[in-house]
Amino acid sequence: MAARFSSLRLRALFIKEVLQVLRDPSTILIAVFLPIMLVFLFGYGVSLDTSAVKLGLVQQSGGPASLSLTSAYVNSPYFEVTQSNDKDALFDDLTAGRIRGIVTISSDFDRLYASTGKPGQVQIITDGSNPNTANFVSAYAQGVHAQWLLSESAQDDSARSGGIQILPQFWYNTALTSRNFLVPGSFAVILTMIGSLLTALVVAREWERGTMEALIATPVTIPEFIITKMTPYFILGLIAATICTLMAAYLFDVPFRGSIFALYALYAAFLLPALGQGLLISAALKNQFVASQVALLTAFLPAFLLSGFIFEISSMPTWIQAITYAVPARYLIPPLQSLFLTGNVWELLLPNIAILLGFGALFFILIFRVTKKKLD
Amino acid sequence: MPSVVATATNVVKRFDAESGKSEDAITALAGVDFDVRAGEITGLVGPDGAGKTTLIRMLAGLMRPNAGEILVDGIDVTTNPEAVYRRIGYMPQRFGLYEDLSVQENLDLYADLRDLKKEDRRDTFARLLDFTDLDRFKGRLAGNLSGGMKQKLGLACALINTPRLLLLDEPGVGVDPVSRRELWKMVKDLTSEGIGIVWSTAYLDEAEACDHVHLLNHGQKLFGGKPRDLTGSVRNRVFRLENFSGNKREVLASALIREGVRDGTIQGNAIRLLFAENAEPNIEGLNGAENATLTAVEPRFEDAFIDILGGGPDGRSALASDYRKIEETDSPQIVADRMTRRFGDFTAAHDMNFSVKRGEIFGLLGPNGAGKSTTFKMLCGLLSPTEGNGSVAGYDLRHSRADARGALGYMAQKFSLYGELSVRQNLEFFAGIYGLSGKIAQHRIEAMINTFELRPFLNSDAGGIPLGFKQRLALCCAVMHQPPVLFLDEPTSGVDPTTRREFWQHINGLVEKGVTVLVTTHFMEEAEYCDRIALIYRAETIAFGTPDDLKMEAAQMAGAGAADNFTMEDAFIAMIENADLVRENSDQAKAAA
Repeated sequence: MAARFSSLRLRALFIKEVLQVLRDPSTILIAVFLPIMLVFLFGYGVSLDTSAVKLGLVQQSGGPASLSLTSAYVNSPYFEVTQSNDKDALFDDLTAGRIRGIVTISSDFDRLYASTGKPGQVQIITDGSNPNTANFVSAYAQGVHAQWLLSESAQDDSARSGGIQILPQFWYNTALTSRNFLVPGSFAVILTMIGSLLTALVVAREWERGTMEALIATPVTIPEFIITKMTPYFILGLIAATICTLMAAYLFDVPFRGSIFALYALYAAFLLPALGQGLLISAALKNQFVASQVALLTAFLPAFLLSGFIFEISSMPTWIQAITYAVPARYLIPPLQSLFLTGNVWELLLPNIAILLGFGALFFILIFRVTKKKLD
Repeated sequence: MPSVVATATNVVKRFDAESGKSEDAITALAGVDFDVRAGEITGLVGPDGAGKTTLIRMLAGLMRPNAGEILVDGIDVTTNPEAVYRRIGYMPQRFGLYEDLSVQENLDLYADLRDLKKEDRRDTFARLLDFTDLDRFKGRLAGNLSGGMKQKLGLACALINTPRLLLLDEPGVGVDPVSRRELWKMVKDLTSEGIGIVWSTAYLDEAEACDHVHLLNHGQKLFGGKPRDLTGSVRNRVFRLENFSGNKREVLASALIREGVRDGTIQGNAIRLLFAENAEPNIEGLNGAENATLTAVEPRFEDAFIDILGGGPDGRSALASDYRKIEETDSPQIVADRMTRRFGDFTAAHDMNFSVKRGEIFGLLGPNGAGKSTTFKMLCGLLSPTEGNGSVAGYDLRHSRADARGALGYMAQKFSLYGELSVRQNLEFFAGIYGLSGKIAQHRIEAMINTFELRPFLNSDAGGIPLGFKQRLALCCAVMHQPPVLFLDEPTSGVDPTTRREFWQHINGLVEKGVTVLVTTHFMEEAEYCDRIALIYRAETIAFGTPDDLKMEAAQMAGAGAADNFTMEDAFIAMIENADLVRENSDQAKAAA
């Protein structure tokens, strides 16, 4: 590139871009109203709390210990228990999705407990088609069992319980409210969507309206063009992130234990690949409609499905797990959740920020490759 | 002799085909020489797809040639495009304006991008705003300007730092004659500053006014030199046929079939004929022209253009010969009865009142936004009139709108075809929506394919076929159900003269079969084909009559006496200027009272 970088042209293009943003209601809509709407949606609509999980219970024993364990399940706030003696009927319910798991108290439960003091067999069957819920059902069902054992042994002298006590204690999210990690996690989806949608339109628009042709015929350089295509939307992205953060803190009472500086460093690092991806799509496709569709498919969907936001990465098939390493949102969610719930965990923050910056650099190299100052 | 600011030597440009195979590559320019002199307007003339835009883009450094050399101000564009960007002003076809920025903001932007010095800005902006008469609209968003004003702003942005070479890519397209003429005057003034100007166009009246023209066709240069040298090549071969007894369309059709007739067009009640070189200009035995007079007239650039491209079509319309004969009737086929349409406070069309009889071509003429499209849409049944009523083919638009729509064929501006569907799929689709099915549909489609020679393109996407064929296909789709009434909305705007002639040959043929045609246009040559015209301006009908009547009236208005040399465009402009004058006077009178 023979032409020199000019701050005058940079300023002029920046002002032009800002004016276009301010006059285009759709950009403001995407940057301000979309995050508000999405945070509401994720905050209220999506919940992984198990409080309402329907559980089937088969009581095969009938002695005092098994009755007491049954009432422990029935009284648990996490389960809505359907009791039945017909195991097959419950299997049908499980298959149909009417219940999420079955707890079976085996027929020799009381006999074993009375004779050895050891709890008899409790079988927990879960609906593995939704691994997340299955994990919750299994963990909570075990938890109820452990609690019951504990209270039994307290009443009945500690000598009878084998001496091992399980005391469940949940750190950082003591109330185990899934919202506290879902809301920060959703920011990854929201910022990916906003970032890529905002920029997916901007270069394609210049091509569609024929202004790109006029720009190319001026001394404008490619770096000037790309920098000014980026900065206004970077600022908008930070505004959207601020809106998300404030809503989390004040509307959903998500605790925030990290530092504001670290939080914005993380946001900034994440916006680079998010905006870069949109810009790349826009520059390569030169058509606003196609670019926005491609941005939704390639940015939003992976961020939603493959980032570990809702679906556990560790429970995915190995080859899909491999793909998740290419999804930038994957590197935002853990440090972001830790900033909210734990504090500044630098050994988690810094490597993830570095990876995000790497993604950003990659996208920008590709953008420079596809943006040419000529038409053929 | 003025100095040369740009030259292209033996320039070749090929585009890779979508298939990626080198043998399918399209040659846009096949070794073209071209030069632009300082202080002159150099016209780049040719039909659609001739290679005009490609050549301009290469001069602007937006594309690189495959072979040959392009120099701008002595600098090689291929090796040093950055230096060239500083020496040119370029106005692309769509003006390159930011529609969501105001007039002033667009100027500021281009001033910054072109490194205009701070101290020069005030004078430059004042000069450009004065020159383009946009000073009053500085704060208005470019998107809210009229087409003509957008074009002026585009020109102002291209002139920000007084370029050595100004490149204008079809600045006249989509703009009404008044704005077109204003722009021409403005550009003409620039030549005195020593700027070399390239003006590409498919309008031949513009080409005729250039200092030099280069004529391109299919990537080849056919002519380069002064327009009058080209026009001189058809001297003594152009004649005006008048006072014939027969129907003008029939006479034209039979004249065109004759040996030695290269081209013919209808000019009001007369016919303009171009004879081949060495052919004896005679009309002996021409049906319906027994007592006609044949007088030699001054050749125009268009005559020479058609001649060099190999002559016009032969006057036969296979489409018309297969068409059913529309029943004779005395009742008018299209009626507008005091139609008025308002949008809120704004009156888009006021008191439109005319009727068109069977086998007549009626034209609605007027600048952009005058109200002709509104009137047109009311008659198609797409808009309900606020007041008044109308009918089409005898069907009342208020009570039997569906029947009226079924009786008309509609061909929209820009050919509303489905670009992603193949040619055959388009034909089948339109046959379907007009209620043709089974054997009849198959038969009609086959007939259309044969008539219009569409067979090679049957499986190509309609969006990708050459413009001339697109136009044929659009006409096919509009007349597939053989309607008695045909509505044409700007049917040949932006189309080159050869394609336009072919189109009107079909329309003329259909009219002979009794089809009634309503056409809107701001293209004056199309107006010449009309039997009667309503000139619409600011929602009112300001003139009404045959093309010859209007020319006569305008000539008297302008005090020119004879209407012989008055073109339809002159008439159009004179009448609009007169309407403006009358309105200003009455405004002043009101203000005084």
